[in-house]
Amino acid sequence: MAPTPTVDAEGAPQASAPEPRSAVRRRRKRALYESIPTHHYALIAVISLAVLFLLWLFISTRGLVNTLFLPTPMEVWQATVTWQSDGTMLLDTKDSVIRILLGFAISSAIAIPVGIFMGVSKRVEAAVEPPVDFIRYMPAVAFIPLTLIWFGTDEIQKIVILFIGVFFQEVLLIMDHVKVVPRQYVEMGYTLGFTRWQVIRRVVFRSAAPGIVDTLRICMGWAWTYLVVVELVGANSGLGFRIQSAQRYLDTPTILAGIIWIGILGLTFDFAFKAFYNKAFPYMKRGR
Amino acid sequence: MADLLHIDHVSKSFEQRKGDAHLVLDSIDLTLGEGEFVSLLGASGCGKSTLLRIVAGLEVPSDGVVWLDGHEIVAPGRDRGMVFQQYTLYPWLTAKRNVEFALVDTPKKERPEIAAEYLEVVGLSDFADHFPSQLSGGMQQRVAIARALALRPRVMLMDEPFGALDAQTRGLMQELLLSIWERDRLSVLFVTHDVEESLILSDRVCVLGARPGRVREIVNVDLPRPRVYELRDSAEFITLKHHVHSLIHDEAVKATGLGNVLARGGYS
Ligand SMILES: Nc1ncnc2c1ncn2[C@@H]1O[C@H](COP(=O)(O)OP(=O)(O)OP(=O)(O)O)[C@@H](O)[C@H]1O
Ligand SMILES: [Mg+2]
Repeated sequence: MAPTPTVDAEGAPQASAPEPRSAVRRRRKRALYESIPTHHYALIAVISLAVLFLLWLFISTRGLVNTLFLPTPMEVWQATVTWQSDGTMLLDTKDSVIRILLGFAISSAIAIPVGIFMGVSKRVEAAVEPPVDFIRYMPAVAFIPLTLIWFGTDEIQKIVILFIGVFFQEVLLIMDHVKVVPRQYVEMGYTLGFTRWQVIRRVVFRSAAPGIVDTLRICMGWAWTYLVVVELVGANSGLGFRIQSAQRYLDTPTILAGIIWIGILGLTFDFAFKAFYNKAFPYMKRGR
Repeated sequence: MADLLHIDHVSKSFEQRKGDAHLVLDSIDLTLGEGEFVSLLGASGCGKSTLLRIVAGLEVPSDGVVWLDGHEIVAPGRDRGMVFQQYTLYPWLTAKRNVEFALVDTPKKERPEIAAEYLEVVGLSDFADHFPSQLSGGMQQRVAIARALALRPRVMLMDEPFGALDAQTRGLMQELLLSIWERDRLSVLFVTHDVEESLILSDRVCVLGARPGRVREIVNVDLPRPRVYELRDSAEFITLKHHVHSLIHDEAVKATGLGNVLARGGYS
Protein backbone atom coordinates (compact mmCIF):
# COMPACT_ATOMS: atom_id res chain seq x y z
CA MET A 1 0.00 0.00 0.00
CA ALA A 2 1.26 3.50 -0.80
CA PRO A 3 2.42 5.54 2.19
CA THR A 4 -0.39 8.04 2.21
CA PRO A 5 -0.67 10.43 5.16
CA THR A 6 -3.23 9.24 7.64
CA VAL A 7 -4.97 10.94 10.52
CA ASP A 8 -4.85 9.32 13.93
CA ALA A 9 -7.60 9.19 16.48
CA GLU A 10 -6.76 12.58 17.93
CA GLY A 11 -6.82 14.18 14.52
CA ALA A 12 -3.09 14.82 14.16
CA PRO A 13 -1.82 13.99 10.69
CA GLN A 14 1.14 11.65 10.57
CA ALA A 15 3.09 9.53 8.13
CA SER A 16 1.79 5.99 8.22
CA ALA A 17 4.37 3.37 7.30
CA PRO A 18 7.93 4.57 8.04
CA GLU A 19 7.94 5.20 11.81
CA PRO A 20 4.78 4.05 13.48
CA ARG A 21 6.61 2.94 16.62
CA SER A 22 8.11 6.29 17.46
CA ALA A 23 4.80 7.95 16.74
CA VAL A 24 3.15 5.75 19.30
CA ARG A 25 5.86 6.47 21.79
CA ARG A 26 5.61 10.21 21.30
CA ARG A 27 1.95 10.18 22.16
CA ARG A 28 2.36 8.10 25.33
CA LYS A 29 1.80 10.12 28.49
CA ARG A 30 4.55 10.24 31.09
CA ALA A 31 3.69 7.73 33.80
CA LEU A 32 3.63 8.99 37.36
CA TYR A 33 6.66 7.83 39.40
CA GLU A 34 8.32 6.85 36.14
CA SER A 35 12.06 6.51 36.59
CA ILE A 36 14.46 8.21 34.20
CA PRO A 37 18.11 7.56 33.33
CA THR A 38 20.66 9.28 35.55
CA HIS A 39 22.07 11.42 32.76
CA HIS A 40 18.56 12.58 31.98
CA TYR A 41 18.13 13.60 35.58
CA ALA A 42 21.47 15.41 35.60
CA LEU A 43 20.64 17.27 32.40
CA ILE A 44 17.37 18.60 33.76
CA ALA A 45 19.08 19.59 37.01
CA VAL A 46 21.83 21.48 35.18
CA ILE A 47 19.32 23.31 33.01
CA SER A 48 17.31 24.28 36.07
CA LEU A 49 20.40 25.69 37.81
CA ALA A 50 21.49 27.46 34.61
CA VAL A 51 18.13 29.18 34.31
CA LEU A 52 18.46 30.44 37.87
CA PHE A 53 21.95 31.74 37.13
CA LEU A 54 20.91 33.44 33.90
CA LEU A 55 18.02 35.09 35.69
CA TRP A 56 20.46 36.49 38.26
CA LEU A 57 22.85 37.60 35.51
CA PHE A 58 20.06 39.29 33.60
CA ILE A 59 18.54 41.12 36.55
CA SER A 60 21.87 42.33 37.95
CA THR A 61 23.54 43.44 34.68
CA ARG A 62 20.51 45.12 33.13
CA GLY A 63 20.35 47.60 35.95
CA LEU A 64 16.92 46.37 37.00
CA VAL A 65 18.06 46.73 40.61
CA ASN A 66 20.89 48.66 42.21
CA THR A 67 24.03 46.47 42.18
CA LEU A 68 24.62 47.45 45.78
CA PHE A 69 21.59 45.31 46.59
CA LEU A 70 22.19 42.62 44.06
CA PRO A 71 25.78 42.43 42.81
CA THR A 72 26.57 40.80 39.49
CA PRO A 73 27.99 37.28 39.27
CA MET A 74 31.34 38.78 38.21
CA GLU A 75 31.54 40.94 41.34
CA VAL A 76 30.70 37.98 43.52
CA TRP A 77 33.38 35.92 41.82
CA GLN A 78 35.86 38.74 42.39
CA ALA A 79 34.92 38.87 46.08
CA THR A 80 35.40 35.13 46.33
CA VAL A 81 38.88 35.37 44.82
CA THR A 82 39.85 38.11 47.25
CA TRP A 83 38.42 36.17 50.19
CA GLN A 84 40.27 33.07 49.12
CA SER A 85 43.62 34.72 48.37
CA ASP A 86 44.43 35.83 51.93
CA GLY A 87 43.62 32.40 53.33
CA THR A 88 40.64 33.54 55.41
CA MET A 89 38.17 31.56 53.31
CA LEU A 90 39.90 28.33 54.23
CA LEU A 91 40.11 29.30 57.91
CA ASP A 92 36.46 30.37 58.04
CA THR A 93 35.40 27.16 56.36
CA LYS A 94 37.52 25.05 58.68
CA ASP A 95 36.11 26.69 61.82
CA SER A 96 32.53 26.37 60.63
CA VAL A 97 32.88 22.78 59.50
CA ILE A 98 34.49 21.73 62.77
CA ARG A 99 31.65 23.35 64.71
CA ILE A 100 28.95 21.78 62.65
CA LEU A 101 30.52 18.34 62.71
CA LEU A 102 30.99 18.49 66.48
CA GLY A 103 27.50 19.78 67.19
CA PHE A 104 25.94 17.35 64.78
CA ALA A 105 27.97 14.38 65.96
CA ILE A 106 27.12 15.01 69.62
CA SER A 107 23.42 15.46 68.86
CA SER A 108 23.27 12.33 66.73
CA ALA A 109 25.32 10.20 69.12
CA ILE A 110 22.69 10.86 71.76
CA ALA A 111 19.61 11.06 69.52
CA ILE A 112 20.14 7.69 67.83
CA PRO A 113 20.16 5.49 70.95
CA VAL A 114 17.56 7.60 72.76
CA GLY A 115 15.29 7.62 69.68
CA ILE A 116 15.61 3.86 69.33
CA PHE A 117 14.70 3.21 72.96
CA MET A 118 11.77 5.64 72.71
CA GLY A 119 10.57 3.76 69.65
CA VAL A 120 10.68 0.30 71.20
CA SER A 121 9.52 1.19 74.70
CA LYS A 122 6.35 3.09 75.53
CA ARG A 123 7.76 3.70 79.01
CA VAL A 124 10.85 5.44 77.69
CA GLU A 125 8.68 7.34 75.24
CA ALA A 126 6.39 8.52 78.04
CA ALA A 127 9.37 9.69 80.04
CA VAL A 128 11.23 11.44 77.24
CA GLU A 129 8.74 12.69 74.70
CA PRO A 130 6.90 15.36 76.72
CA PRO A 131 10.04 17.29 77.72
CA VAL A 132 11.49 16.87 74.23
CA ASP A 133 8.30 18.20 72.67
CA PHE A 134 8.28 21.10 75.06
CA ILE A 135 11.84 22.14 74.32
CA ARG A 136 11.34 21.50 70.63
CA TYR A 137 8.85 24.32 70.45
CA MET A 138 11.21 26.78 72.06
CA PRO A 139 13.07 28.47 69.23
CA ALA A 140 16.71 27.46 69.41
CA VAL A 141 17.91 30.89 68.38
CA ALA A 142 16.17 32.40 71.40
CA PHE A 143 18.70 30.52 73.51
CA ILE A 144 21.56 32.49 71.98
CA PRO A 145 21.48 35.38 74.50
CA LEU A 146 21.25 32.93 77.37
CA THR A 147 24.09 30.77 76.13
CA LEU A 148 26.20 33.85 75.55
CA ILE A 149 25.77 34.71 79.21
CA TRP A 150 26.57 31.15 80.25
CA PHE A 151 29.53 30.42 78.02
CA GLY A 152 30.55 33.72 76.39
CA THR A 153 31.58 33.36 72.77
CA ASP A 154 33.38 30.12 73.56
CA GLU A 155 33.12 27.22 71.12
CA ILE A 156 30.91 25.44 73.65
CA GLN A 157 28.26 28.06 73.11
CA LYS A 158 28.04 27.28 69.38
CA ILE A 159 27.85 23.56 70.02
CA VAL A 160 25.08 24.04 72.57
CA ILE A 161 22.95 26.05 70.13
CA LEU A 162 23.49 23.47 67.41
CA PHE A 163 22.52 20.77 69.86
CA ILE A 164 19.34 22.54 70.91
CA GLY A 165 18.42 23.21 67.32
CA VAL A 166 19.04 19.69 66.04
CA PHE A 167 18.73 17.13 68.82
CA PHE A 168 15.13 17.64 69.81
CA GLN A 169 13.86 17.31 66.24
CA GLU A 170 16.21 14.50 65.37
CA VAL A 171 15.31 12.28 68.29
CA LEU A 172 11.59 12.34 67.46
CA LEU A 173 12.17 11.59 63.79
CA ILE A 174 14.38 8.65 64.71
CA MET A 175 11.74 7.40 67.14
CA ASP A 176 9.19 7.45 64.33
CA HIS A 177 11.43 5.44 62.04
CA VAL A 178 11.84 2.85 64.79
CA LYS A 179 8.10 2.71 65.44
CA VAL A 180 7.31 1.70 61.88
CA VAL A 181 9.67 -1.27 61.87
CA PRO A 182 7.36 -4.14 60.82
CA ARG A 183 6.35 -6.19 63.85
CA GLN A 184 6.86 -9.41 61.90
CA TYR A 185 10.58 -8.66 61.68
CA VAL A 186 10.71 -8.33 65.44
CA GLU A 187 8.68 -11.48 66.05
CA MET A 188 10.78 -13.36 63.52
CA GLY A 189 13.83 -12.31 65.52
CA TYR A 190 12.29 -13.71 68.69
CA THR A 191 11.45 -17.02 67.05
CA LEU A 192 15.07 -17.23 65.90
CA GLY A 193 15.90 -17.18 69.59
CA PHE A 194 17.27 -13.66 69.81
CA THR A 195 17.29 -11.84 73.11
CA ARG A 196 15.62 -8.44 73.39
CA TRP A 197 18.96 -6.76 73.05
CA GLN A 198 19.82 -8.79 69.95
CA VAL A 199 16.48 -7.94 68.42
CA ILE A 200 17.10 -4.23 68.98
CA ARG A 201 20.60 -4.33 67.57
CA ARG A 202 20.25 -6.85 64.76
CA VAL A 203 16.66 -6.28 63.66
CA VAL A 204 15.21 -2.97 64.82
CA PHE A 205 18.29 -0.86 64.24
CA ARG A 206 19.07 -2.47 60.90
CA SER A 207 15.52 -2.15 59.72
CA ALA A 208 15.32 1.51 60.71
CA ALA A 209 18.82 2.37 59.51
CA PRO A 210 17.89 3.77 56.09
CA GLY A 211 15.31 6.04 57.68
CA ILE A 212 17.78 7.10 60.34
CA VAL A 213 20.42 8.03 57.77
CA ASP A 214 17.82 10.03 55.90
CA THR A 215 16.94 11.82 59.13
CA LEU A 216 20.60 12.63 59.72
CA ARG A 217 20.83 14.09 56.23
CA ILE A 218 17.85 16.34 56.80
CA CYS A 219 19.03 17.39 60.26
CA MET A 220 22.42 18.29 58.81
CA GLY A 221 20.61 20.88 56.69
CA TRP A 222 19.05 22.43 59.77
CA ALA A 223 22.42 22.37 61.53
CA TRP A 224 23.83 24.62 58.82
CA THR A 225 21.13 27.19 59.43
CA TYR A 226 21.72 27.23 63.17
CA LEU A 227 25.46 27.38 62.68
CA VAL A 228 25.26 30.49 60.53
CA VAL A 229 22.82 32.18 62.88
CA VAL A 230 25.02 31.54 65.88
CA GLU A 231 28.07 32.79 63.99
CA LEU A 232 26.26 35.93 62.89
CA VAL A 233 25.51 36.84 66.49
CA GLY A 234 28.60 36.07 68.49
CA ALA A 235 31.68 34.68 66.80
CA ASN A 236 35.16 35.80 65.82
CA SER A 237 35.55 33.40 62.94
CA GLY A 238 33.53 31.23 60.62
CA LEU A 239 31.39 31.73 57.56
CA GLY A 240 28.57 33.45 59.42
CA PHE A 241 31.05 35.82 61.01
CA ARG A 242 32.50 36.66 57.58
CA ILE A 243 29.06 37.52 56.24
CA GLN A 244 28.35 39.59 59.32
CA SER A 245 31.52 41.63 59.04
CA ALA A 246 30.97 42.19 55.30
CA GLN A 247 27.62 43.70 56.13
CA ARG A 248 29.31 46.45 58.13
CA TYR A 249 31.02 47.68 54.95
CA LEU A 250 27.96 47.14 52.75
CA ASP A 251 30.14 44.57 50.99
CA THR A 252 27.26 42.72 49.32
CA PRO A 253 29.48 40.73 46.92
CA THR A 254 31.25 39.10 49.88
CA ILE A 255 27.93 38.49 51.62
CA LEU A 256 26.63 36.71 48.55
CA ALA A 257 29.92 34.85 48.09
CA GLY A 258 29.58 33.59 51.68
CA ILE A 259 25.97 32.54 51.19
CA ILE A 260 26.71 30.70 47.96
CA TRP A 261 29.74 28.99 49.50
CA ILE A 262 27.61 27.78 52.41
CA GLY A 263 25.12 26.47 49.87
CA ILE A 264 27.85 24.57 48.07
CA LEU A 265 29.20 23.11 51.32
CA GLY A 266 25.71 22.08 52.39
CA LEU A 267 25.13 20.44 49.04
CA THR A 268 28.41 18.56 49.38
CA PHE A 269 27.40 17.18 52.76
CA ASP A 270 24.03 16.21 51.34
CA PHE A 271 25.72 14.41 48.48
CA ALA A 272 27.98 12.58 50.89
CA PHE A 273 24.96 11.36 52.84
CA LYS A 274 23.18 10.24 49.70
CA ALA A 275 26.27 8.44 48.46
CA PHE A 276 26.61 6.71 51.81
CA TYR A 277 22.92 5.78 51.73
CA ASN A 278 23.19 4.18 48.32
CA LYS A 279 26.35 2.35 49.30
CA ALA A 280 25.11 1.11 52.66
CA PHE A 281 21.56 0.20 51.62
CA PRO A 282 21.81 -1.29 48.14
CA TYR A 283 18.56 -3.18 48.77
CA MET A 284 16.60 0.07 48.90
CA LYS A 285 16.14 -0.16 45.17
CA ARG A 286 14.51 3.17 44.54
CA GLY A 287 17.28 5.13 46.27
CA ARG A 288 16.89 8.72 45.19
CA MET B 1 2.57 -42.48 73.44
CA ALA B 2 4.68 -39.49 74.31
CA ASP B 3 3.71 -36.72 71.95
CA LEU B 4 6.15 -34.21 70.65
CA LEU B 5 3.73 -31.35 71.03
CA HIS B 6 0.64 -31.18 73.14
CA ILE B 7 -1.75 -28.24 72.96
CA ASP B 8 -3.44 -28.89 76.26
CA HIS B 9 -6.86 -27.25 76.53
CA VAL B 10 -5.67 -23.89 75.36
CA SER B 11 -8.04 -20.94 75.43
CA LYS B 12 -7.37 -17.40 74.40
CA SER B 13 -9.41 -14.28 74.76
CA PHE B 14 -8.48 -10.79 73.73
CA GLU B 15 -9.37 -7.78 75.76
CA GLN B 16 -11.84 -5.60 73.85
CA ARG B 17 -12.50 -2.07 75.05
CA LYS B 18 -13.46 -1.70 78.71
CA GLY B 19 -12.70 -5.16 80.06
CA ASP B 20 -15.01 -6.81 77.53
CA ALA B 21 -13.17 -10.02 76.64
CA HIS B 22 -13.51 -11.63 73.23
CA LEU B 23 -13.02 -15.39 73.27
CA VAL B 24 -11.07 -16.46 70.21
CA LEU B 25 -9.97 -20.00 71.11
CA ASP B 26 -12.00 -22.24 73.35
CA SER B 27 -10.21 -25.13 75.04
CA ILE B 28 -8.27 -26.42 72.05
CA ASP B 29 -6.80 -29.87 72.61
CA LEU B 30 -4.49 -31.27 69.97
CA THR B 31 -1.36 -33.36 69.81
CA LEU B 32 1.40 -33.66 67.27
CA GLY B 33 3.50 -36.81 67.15
CA GLU B 34 7.13 -37.06 66.15
CA GLY B 35 7.38 -36.86 62.36
CA GLU B 36 3.69 -36.10 61.98
CA PHE B 37 2.12 -33.55 59.64
CA VAL B 38 -0.98 -31.93 61.10
CA SER B 39 -2.99 -29.12 59.57
CA LEU B 40 -5.13 -26.56 61.30
CA LEU B 41 -7.99 -25.82 58.95
CA GLY B 42 -10.62 -23.18 59.44
CA ALA B 43 -12.34 -20.14 58.04
CA SER B 44 -10.71 -16.75 58.17
CA GLY B 45 -10.78 -15.27 61.64
CA CYS B 46 -11.31 -18.53 63.51
CA GLY B 47 -8.05 -18.16 65.40
CA LYS B 48 -5.62 -20.36 63.47
CA SER B 49 -2.83 -17.79 63.52
CA THR B 50 -3.49 -17.06 67.16
CA LEU B 51 -3.12 -20.73 68.05
CA LEU B 52 0.10 -21.05 66.07
CA ARG B 53 1.47 -17.89 67.69
CA ILE B 54 0.73 -19.39 71.09
CA VAL B 55 2.71 -22.48 70.16
CA ALA B 56 5.50 -20.23 68.87
CA GLY B 57 5.55 -18.48 72.25
CA LEU B 58 4.65 -15.11 70.76
CA GLU B 59 1.28 -15.05 72.48
CA VAL B 60 0.38 -16.22 75.99
CA PRO B 61 -2.67 -18.46 76.37
CA SER B 62 -5.41 -17.19 78.66
CA ASP B 63 -5.88 -20.74 79.86
CA GLY B 64 -4.21 -24.09 79.25
CA VAL B 65 -0.65 -25.08 78.45
CA VAL B 66 1.38 -26.02 75.41
CA TRP B 67 3.91 -28.77 76.01
CA LEU B 68 6.89 -29.40 73.79
CA ASP B 69 8.89 -32.51 74.66
CA GLY B 70 7.23 -32.43 78.04
CA HIS B 71 8.26 -28.85 78.79
CA GLU B 72 5.86 -25.97 79.05
CA ILE B 73 6.26 -23.36 76.32
CA VAL B 74 6.77 -19.95 77.88
CA ALA B 75 8.75 -18.03 75.26
CA PRO B 76 9.78 -18.15 71.62
CA GLY B 77 12.70 -20.39 70.88
CA ARG B 78 14.89 -22.01 68.28
CA ASP B 79 13.28 -25.40 68.81
CA ARG B 80 10.31 -24.15 66.78
CA GLY B 81 10.91 -23.02 63.21
CA MET B 82 8.33 -20.47 62.19
CA VAL B 83 7.22 -19.55 58.69
CA PHE B 84 4.81 -16.65 58.77
CA GLN B 85 1.84 -15.83 56.59
CA GLN B 86 3.47 -12.59 55.42
CA TYR B 87 6.94 -12.55 53.95
CA THR B 88 9.37 -11.97 56.78
CA LEU B 89 12.77 -12.14 55.17
CA TYR B 90 14.97 -9.28 56.27
CA PRO B 91 15.19 -6.96 53.26
CA TRP B 92 18.72 -5.82 54.08
CA LEU B 93 20.12 -9.35 53.84
CA THR B 94 20.59 -11.50 50.76
CA ALA B 95 18.88 -14.88 50.62
CA LYS B 96 22.02 -16.61 51.85
CA ARG B 97 22.60 -14.13 54.68
CA ASN B 98 18.97 -14.43 55.73
CA VAL B 99 19.49 -18.13 56.29
CA GLU B 100 22.84 -17.58 58.00
CA PHE B 101 21.19 -15.00 60.23
CA ALA B 102 19.29 -17.79 61.97
CA LEU B 103 22.47 -19.67 62.81
CA VAL B 104 23.59 -17.53 65.72
CA ASP B 105 24.84 -20.43 67.80
CA THR B 106 26.73 -22.09 64.98
CA PRO B 107 30.43 -21.20 64.60
CA LYS B 108 30.79 -18.43 62.02
CA LYS B 109 32.92 -20.54 59.69
CA GLU B 110 30.28 -23.23 59.32
CA ARG B 111 27.35 -20.93 58.63
CA PRO B 112 27.82 -20.35 54.88
CA GLU B 113 28.00 -24.07 54.26
CA ILE B 114 24.81 -24.81 56.16
CA ALA B 115 23.00 -21.91 54.50
CA ALA B 116 24.09 -23.13 51.07
CA GLU B 117 22.87 -26.61 51.93
CA TYR B 118 19.36 -25.46 52.82
CA LEU B 119 19.09 -23.08 49.88
CA GLU B 120 19.93 -26.11 47.78
CA VAL B 121 17.10 -28.02 49.45
CA VAL B 122 14.57 -25.37 48.39
CA GLY B 123 16.18 -25.09 44.96
CA LEU B 124 17.47 -21.55 45.26
CA SER B 125 21.23 -21.98 45.10
CA ASP B 126 21.36 -19.69 42.07
CA PHE B 127 19.64 -16.90 43.97
CA ALA B 128 21.80 -16.98 47.10
CA ASP B 129 23.06 -13.45 46.55
CA HIS B 130 19.72 -11.88 45.67
CA PHE B 131 17.96 -9.52 48.01
CA PRO B 132 14.36 -10.40 48.93
CA SER B 133 13.08 -7.51 46.81
CA GLN B 134 14.64 -9.23 43.81
CA LEU B 135 12.80 -12.51 44.49
CA SER B 136 9.22 -13.48 43.68
CA GLY B 137 6.79 -14.18 46.53
CA GLY B 138 7.18 -17.93 46.10
CA MET B 139 10.96 -17.68 46.18
CA GLN B 140 10.83 -15.54 49.31
CA GLN B 141 8.72 -18.16 51.07
CA ARG B 142 11.19 -20.84 50.01
CA VAL B 143 14.02 -18.86 51.58
CA ALA B 144 11.90 -18.45 54.70
CA ILE B 145 11.41 -22.21 54.77
CA ALA B 146 15.14 -22.75 54.32
CA ARG B 147 15.77 -20.37 57.19
CA ALA B 148 13.39 -22.25 59.48
CA LEU B 149 14.85 -25.62 58.42
CA ALA B 150 18.38 -24.43 59.07
CA LEU B 151 17.52 -24.11 62.76
CA ARG B 152 16.94 -27.89 62.78
CA PRO B 153 13.83 -27.29 64.88
CA ARG B 154 11.87 -29.92 66.76
CA VAL B 155 8.74 -28.73 65.02
CA MET B 156 7.97 -26.53 62.02
CA LEU B 157 5.16 -24.02 62.50
CA MET B 158 3.80 -22.78 59.20
CA ASP B 159 1.07 -20.14 58.96
CA GLU B 160 -0.50 -20.20 55.50
CA PRO B 161 2.95 -20.03 53.96
CA PHE B 162 1.57 -20.43 50.44
CA GLY B 163 -1.54 -18.33 50.95
CA ALA B 164 -0.43 -15.50 48.71
CA LEU B 165 0.73 -17.66 45.81
CA ASP B 166 -1.06 -18.55 42.59
CA ALA B 167 -2.54 -22.05 42.29
CA GLN B 168 0.26 -23.32 40.06
CA THR B 169 3.13 -22.18 42.29
CA ARG B 170 1.18 -23.32 45.30
CA GLY B 171 0.97 -26.88 44.01
CA LEU B 172 4.69 -26.97 43.37
CA MET B 173 5.44 -25.59 46.81
CA GLN B 174 3.28 -28.28 48.38
CA GLU B 175 5.23 -30.94 46.53
CA LEU B 176 8.49 -29.36 47.62
CA LEU B 177 7.39 -29.22 51.24
CA LEU B 178 6.30 -32.85 51.17
CA SER B 179 9.60 -33.98 49.71
CA ILE B 180 11.50 -32.11 52.41
CA TRP B 181 9.19 -33.49 55.06
CA GLU B 182 9.80 -37.04 53.89
CA ARG B 183 13.54 -36.50 53.57
CA ASP B 184 14.06 -34.87 56.99
CA ARG B 185 11.27 -36.60 58.93
CA LEU B 186 9.99 -33.22 60.03
CA SER B 187 7.15 -32.61 62.42
CA VAL B 188 4.88 -29.94 61.02
CA LEU B 189 1.97 -27.93 62.33
CA PHE B 190 0.53 -26.28 59.24
CA VAL B 191 -2.16 -23.61 59.12
CA THR B 192 -4.33 -23.22 56.04
CA HIS B 193 -7.84 -22.38 54.98
CA ASP B 194 -7.52 -24.44 51.80
CA VAL B 195 -9.20 -27.84 52.14
CA GLU B 196 -7.29 -29.53 49.31
CA GLU B 197 -4.00 -28.24 50.60
CA SER B 198 -4.65 -29.64 54.06
CA LEU B 199 -5.63 -33.05 52.68
CA ILE B 200 -2.73 -33.36 50.26
CA LEU B 201 -0.19 -32.55 52.95
CA SER B 202 -1.42 -33.91 56.24
CA ASP B 203 -1.67 -37.06 58.28
CA ARG B 204 -4.46 -35.43 60.25
CA VAL B 205 -6.53 -32.32 59.69
CA CYS B 206 -7.83 -30.44 62.70
CA VAL B 207 -10.94 -28.62 61.55
CA LEU B 208 -11.60 -25.57 63.67
CA GLY B 209 -15.02 -24.05 64.13
CA ALA B 210 -15.46 -20.33 64.39
CA ARG B 211 -16.58 -17.92 67.07
CA PRO B 212 -15.11 -19.08 69.33
CA GLY B 213 -12.54 -21.36 67.72
CA ARG B 214 -13.18 -24.94 68.82
CA VAL B 215 -11.97 -28.25 67.48
CA ARG B 216 -14.86 -29.28 65.26
CA GLU B 217 -13.39 -32.58 64.19
CA ILE B 218 -10.00 -34.15 63.73
CA VAL B 219 -10.00 -35.90 60.36
CA ASN B 220 -7.58 -38.77 59.72
CA VAL B 221 -6.20 -38.63 56.21
CA ASP B 222 -5.34 -42.22 55.37
CA LEU B 223 -4.16 -41.54 51.85
CA PRO B 224 -1.11 -43.37 50.52
CA ARG B 225 2.24 -41.65 50.51
CA PRO B 226 4.16 -40.35 48.69
CA ARG B 227 1.20 -38.38 47.47
CA VAL B 228 1.14 -37.54 43.80
CA TYR B 229 -0.83 -34.87 42.06
CA GLU B 230 -3.28 -37.38 40.55
CA LEU B 231 -4.40 -38.30 44.04
CA ARG B 232 -6.71 -35.31 43.89
CA ASP B 233 -8.88 -37.20 41.42
CA SER B 234 -9.19 -40.37 43.49
CA ALA B 235 -12.51 -41.35 45.05
CA GLU B 236 -11.15 -41.38 48.62
CA PHE B 237 -9.75 -37.91 48.24
CA ILE B 238 -13.01 -36.53 46.88
CA THR B 239 -15.03 -38.15 49.64
CA LEU B 240 -12.74 -36.67 52.28
CA LYS B 241 -12.86 -33.35 50.55
CA HIS B 242 -16.65 -33.26 50.56
CA HIS B 243 -16.74 -34.22 54.20
CA VAL B 244 -14.31 -31.50 55.26
CA HIS B 245 -15.95 -28.94 52.98
CA SER B 246 -19.32 -29.48 54.60
CA LEU B 247 -17.77 -29.07 58.07
CA ILE B 248 -16.15 -25.84 56.95
CA HIS B 249 -19.22 -24.57 55.19
CA ASP B 250 -21.41 -24.85 58.26
CA GLU B 251 -18.82 -23.06 60.31
CA ALA B 252 -18.31 -20.34 57.73
CA VAL B 253 -22.04 -19.67 57.56
CA LYS B 254 -22.09 -19.39 61.33
CA ALA B 255 -19.02 -17.17 61.41
CA THR B 256 -20.12 -14.73 58.75
CA GLY B 257 -23.68 -14.55 60.05
CA LEU B 258 -24.82 -14.98 56.46
CA GLY B 259 -27.19 -17.86 57.27
CA ASN B 260 -30.39 -15.84 56.94
CA VAL B 261 -29.27 -14.01 53.84
CA LEU B 262 -28.36 -17.24 52.07
CA ALA B 263 -31.55 -18.98 53.15
CA ARG B 264 -33.59 -16.15 51.65
CA GLY B 265 -31.72 -16.52 48.36
CA GLY B 266 -32.51 -20.23 48.41
CA TYR B 267 -28.88 -21.33 48.17
CA SER B 268 -27.97 -24.76 49.62
N1 LIG C 1 -3.81 -8.96 69.22
C1 LIG C 1 -5.15 -9.10 69.07
N2 LIG C 1 -5.99 -8.30 69.75
C2 LIG C 1 -7.34 -8.45 69.61
N3 LIG C 1 -7.92 -9.35 68.80
C3 LIG C 1 -7.12 -10.15 68.09
C4 LIG C 1 -5.70 -10.08 68.18
N4 LIG C 1 -5.17 -11.01 67.36
C5 LIG C 1 -6.22 -11.64 66.78
N5 LIG C 1 -7.40 -11.14 67.22
C6 LIG C 1 -8.73 -11.61 66.84
O1 LIG C 1 -8.74 -12.99 66.93
C7 LIG C 1 -9.50 -13.56 65.89
C8 LIG C 1 -8.70 -14.64 65.20
O2 LIG C 1 -7.59 -14.06 64.53
P1 LIG C 1 -6.53 -14.94 63.76
O3 LIG C 1 -5.57 -14.03 63.11
O4 LIG C 1 -5.97 -15.96 64.67
O5 LIG C 1 -7.44 -15.63 62.66
P2 LIG C 1 -7.02 -16.60 61.48
O6 LIG C 1 -7.80 -17.84 61.64
O7 LIG C 1 -5.55 -16.74 61.40
O8 LIG C 1 -7.57 -15.82 60.21
P3 LIG C 1 -6.94 -15.69 58.75
O9 LIG C 1 -7.26 -16.96 58.03
O10 LIG C 1 -7.67 -14.53 58.16
O11 LIG C 1 -5.47 -15.45 58.89
C9 LIG C 1 -9.91 -12.43 64.99
O12 LIG C 1 -11.26 -12.11 65.25
C10 LIG C 1 -9.02 -11.29 65.39
O13 LIG C 1 -9.71 -10.08 65.27
MG1 LIG D 1 -4.05 -16.13 60.03
